[in-house]
Amino acid sequence: MTTTLKPIPGNAVTRFVSDGAVTTWRNMMKIIRVPEILLFSLIQPIMFVLLFTYVFGAAVVIPGSDYTSFLMAGIFAQTVVFGSTYSGSAMAQDLKDGIIDRFRTLPMSGAAVLVGRTTGDLVINTLSMLVMMGTGLIVGWRVKSSPLEFLAGVAILLLFAYAFSWVMAFLGMSVKSPEVINNASFLILFPLTFISNAFVPSENLPTPLRIFAEWNPVSALVQSARELFGNVPPGTIVGDAWPAQNPIATVLIGVAVLLIVFVPLSIRKFATISR
Amino acid sequence: MAFIEARDLVKTYSPKGSPEVRALDGLNLEVQQGSVTALLGPNGAGKTTTVKALTTLIKPDSGSAFIDGVDVVAQPQAIRRMIGASGQYAAVDQNLTGFENLVMVGRLYHLGAKVARQRAKELIELFDLVEAQNRTVKGYSGGMRRRIDLAGALVIRPPVLFLDEPTTGLDPRSRIGLWEVIEQLVNDGTTVLLTTQYLEEADRLADSISVIDNGRVIAKGTADELKASVGGLRVAVTVVDEVQIDAARAILNRFGSGESAVLNGRTLVVPVSDGPAALAAIVSAAATEGIGLHDAGMRRPTLDDVFLQLTGHAAETDEAEKETAA
Ligand SMILES: Nc1ncnc2c1ncn2[C@@H]1O[C@H](COP(=O)(O)OP(=O)(O)O)[C@@H](O)[C@H]1O
Ligand SMILES: [Mg+2]
Repeated sequence: MTTTLKPIPGNAVTRFVSDGAVTTWRNMMKIIRVPEILLFSLIQPIMFVLLFTYVFGAAVVIPGSDYTSFLMAGIFAQTVVFGSTYSGSAMAQDLKDGIIDRFRTLPMSGAAVLVGRTTGDLVINTLSMLVMMGTGLIVGWRVKSSPLEFLAGVAILLLFAYAFSWVMAFLGMSVKSPEVINNASFLILFPLTFISNAFVPSENLPTPLRIFAEWNPVSALVQSARELFGNVPPGTIVGDAWPAQNPIATVLIGVAVLLIVFVPLSIRKFATISR
Repeated sequence: MAFIEARDLVKTYSPKGSPEVRALDGLNLEVQQGSVTALLGPNGAGKTTTVKALTTLIKPDSGSAFIDGVDVVAQPQAIRRMIGASGQYAAVDQNLTGFENLVMVGRLYHLGAKVARQRAKELIELFDLVEAQNRTVKGYSGGMRRRIDLAGALVIRPPVLFLDEPTTGLDPRSRIGLWEVIEQLVNDGTTVLLTTQYLEEADRLADSISVIDNGRVIAKGTADELKASVGGLRVAVTVVDEVQIDAARAILNRFGSGESAVLNGRTLVVPVSDGPAALAAIVSAAATEGIGLHDAGMRRPTLDDVFLQLTGHAAETDEAEKETAA
């Protein structure tokens, strides 16, 4: 009779950390072995910064500000929101490939898989932010606030994106194929990021769109970052809607709500799904 | 209580836009410690659903299951520490190498890093993957992925092993290799529940066979017991031309002691009471009526016959049929 191999001693916390480390390692290996993923998520924001600056920069007049300074917070927000969708397609792909079935027959923490997954998005988003900031600085973007405010601005963007990754992870486990996630997120997030104050001041939009933009959480995110980077053009007319008046509070409340709802929902979902 | 015991398992699926499916319809199962039990049944019988329920992947709607006295539904995490499972389709990470996949599984069983690596190395050798071990699984053939997946199930040398159609998609050499691995594991005391559509495989490996159809076990016993239960000799003929199958059936029904059945496209079988006489009569009647036969013979009942008798339809796909004949 051969003996079953025994686990090394550990408690729930050390197990969670170890499982999280292993699944994060797996996600990092994927980035190394399929570098296109990282490459595209870095090239796209560079392209956006350059295209918007040089194509629209000449045409869009922002009173009291150059377009690039106005634009950057918008590009940051759009990029990190799209960066979060990767958790969705990756979960859907893992479900389809049966990796999740494998994980679920092992005595590991399902929550650790999700934490590893969403943290993977956070890492990629942080890298994208660095690349975009570098590109922005080259084309004339300047932070006009204190270092602390600047860091708060970066943090609020990444925090929102992190919370949104949990939403996407949940959706990724709820659809039939990874393509659904990719197509749906494009169809939903593209309008959401464009009907906002990300690329043009929302006061210039036709009334129905303006109202939508003022309530749009993406606008609140963009406005928060703009304020914290000191990039709000002087004389900006902020809408009457509460989120438009209180962008930072809106984002923080939004983050809390998304995490409170989608962390437990995702963990519960993970514990029942199978290919 | 048996080592693995399932009582009245029911699992229904309600796919959108189609009627409800009772994948498990009151399934009962007992597996003795240290034995190999085969769940034998055609596509859609409920084999995968049974394995998924026992390996904690799905919760049954009702019924209960225990492994070594541990409640599968109530204590899934305890079950996961004592089982190894390999699903019907390989579940491997395409972007990791074969070796890395096995180390990852070991780490997720919470083995120490050194032990996990050591064990991965042993399994790579056992499954004949030494040359491919440092290539990403993306470039593996189907059979190689399958073997990595099976190796993943053996990482902790679990006392209980679940294998869902473990040899489907393997080439004949790998299939025999895997049979030997399973036999070795059983010699060492592992309890194995495997599913198969291959009657030959159940016959070769299993101490006990549970025949499953429409989510229920419809017969169980050793291969010999099941064969004995359908009794008597059989005459089987294979017609040259499929259009003559009905004429051939009529002849078989005339000289057989029961109803004839189609085993696959062109092979027919019928139970007979006086074997040699019936065979001679059938062959000469076929000659008189101008029905060309590829093959005609007398044989003891096989598990095919068991399945036919119990369900009224053949167990195997055409592809599986060829395998058995070979
Ligand atoms: N996720 C699912 N959704 C809907 N029906 C399913 C699902 N899984 C299995 N079934 C159905 O349940 C029945 C049993 O399936 P399964 O256990 O996979 O059979 P087997 O493994 O013996 O081929 C089949 O009719 C199958 O179509
Ligand atoms: Mg199956």
